[in-house]
Amino acid sequence: MKICVLIKQVASEDSSLILNDDKLTFDNASINFVSNEPDTYALEEALQLKENNNAEVTVCTFGPESCRQVLKDALAKGADNGIFISSEGINNTSPINIARIITSCIKDRNFDLILSGLQSNDVGYSQIGLLVAEYLNTSHASLVVGTEILNNGSKVKVKVELENGWFQWSELTLPSSLTIQSGINTPRYATLKGIMSVKNKEVKEFTKDNINYVENNNYTVIERFLPQKSKETITIDGSPDEIVEKMADILKNKLRLVQ
Amino acid sequence: MEIAVFIQSLDGVANNNSLESLSAAQKIVDTKGGNVHAITFDKNVANSLASIQLSSIIHVSNDELNNYNPLFHIKAMELLCNEIKPDLIIYGHSYQTRDWVPRLSARLDFPFISDCVDFSNDENISFTRPIYQAKLNEKINLQGNGIISFQAGSFSKDDLIEGSSTINEKSFDLSSVELTINPGERFKESADGVDLSTAEVIVSIGRGLSKEENIPLAKSLAEKLNAQIGASRPVVDAGWLDHSYQIGSSGQTVSPKLYLAVGISGAIQHLVGMKGSKNIMAINKDPNAPIFEISDYAVVGDIFEILPKLIEQL
Repeated sequence: MKICVLIKQVASEDSSLILNDDKLTFDNASINFVSNEPDTYALEEALQLKENNNAEVTVCTFGPESCRQVLKDALAKGADNGIFISSEGINNTSPINIARIITSCIKDRNFDLILSGLQSNDVGYSQIGLLVAEYLNTSHASLVVGTEILNNGSKVKVKVELENGWFQWSELTLPSSLTIQSGINTPRYATLKGIMSVKNKEVKEFTKDNINYVENNNYTVIERFLPQKSKETITIDGSPDEIVEKMADILKNKLRLVQ
Repeated sequence: MEIAVFIQSLDGVANNNSLESLSAAQKIVDTKGGNVHAITFDKNVANSLASIQLSSIIHVSNDELNNYNPLFHIKAMELLCNEIKPDLIIYGHSYQTRDWVPRLSARLDFPFISDCVDFSNDENISFTRPIYQAKLNEKINLQGNGIISFQAGSFSKDDLIEGSSTINEKSFDLSSVELTINPGERFKESADGVDLSTAEVIVSIGRGLSKEENIPLAKSLAEKLNAQIGASRPVVDAGWLDHSYQIGSSGQTVSPKLYLAVGISGAIQHLVGMKGSKNIMAINKDPNAPIFEISDYAVVGDIFEILPKLIEQL
């Protein structure tokens, strides 16, 4: 079985996001880049499937040079090989375009399973894994919280999270693309041996010139900005009695929630 | 501009968030001109929309659409869009939307701008969506066909313009769908699952409540306000309440008339699930708690001093 894990490099949660004058890009000096946390669960799921089903795990990323690090980290944890797709010179990175680029780079590899985190912690499209499913004409499931390979690898059974506390098991014919819910497993750390092995693992590279795709240009990010505080906040303080009196007045007379 | 709004439904009831998105579509047409068509796969929902001002209600009646299977939903919507040729397709942002709309986007070659909170009438049209876990917003300009989903609470279904509209019945040949996805029965892991999406008032509890033994205090307040109980993730992780009570990015998204946050500091993962509430009142000892940033009423004080007295007063 061949598994591909899509991994993205993102700003860590504690990074300061300082917009450049173009109002689109950030001052990278103030950003600490890490592997997108939801993707680390997807990688762990792939590594566990590998251990139980004799699979080969490929990790794939699309982005600038710095993204090579997320591949190294994944290879150190046990992935077998990597695919680095350079975003150098590619301007329109709407979800459709990213998915077409990834598809064009992985389609000849005939992966049985494509795993990705449910969303990225930066732009949060939550679309790439599912768009790739459509472009490769595979089955899919999103918000997956459990996986089980069936019938010697012709099907996968997945548990998915639905709204309002509902769950569902679904049977999917392989090949399939799954987006993995965070918390499904406990991602492992790289071992020293794993880190040493990285230099012997192959990373296939793609650049703009050897990616064949049709760009969709319906979509342009024009500006990034700090959200404006949209509401006036009324502060209620004082002694507990004063506070309670004011709160009761709002709940009874303003919002009319109690008579 | 021709707009198709998909009305998600369950057991014959339209999803609130879909109705909010229908209101957004009316507002877009109000400034841009054009027509709004509501698309539903449920007959009862089609009937329930008849008193809203719409160019048409389209009911697609195929049996394959009764229980959600993304492959049939995508195929039906693809065939319908080939026929009615919308410029824009609008959805409420939900788990189900996340599951099937990206594939529809690829199929139709309509970019999907997900999780939007607003639109603006720039050249053509632009949409605003939160990024970096709501620390920033981005504005995306759409120059051609597209699909939009709006976050819960971004628009209000109370703003829906009333009128009359007729139901257009359709069905499609979906036999070409290759069934590579076979969803099983839906189930809950706990018996007391709660749907907070329709609650008018929610008393939501956070880590500031200190311990499980204090939950009855919050419950008494909820009783007085005829409210449902909700919770932030740490409360659920600690096992004080079941996962179904959780509000936030990994739980439910709510937009009640009043959201009363008790001892919730306001991590972004929580805020994305409740900031669409009409009124937000938060009680917290820390005057710098992030929850106050989005609160209408910031109550700075000790919940253990305030709650018993407040319950008595109501």
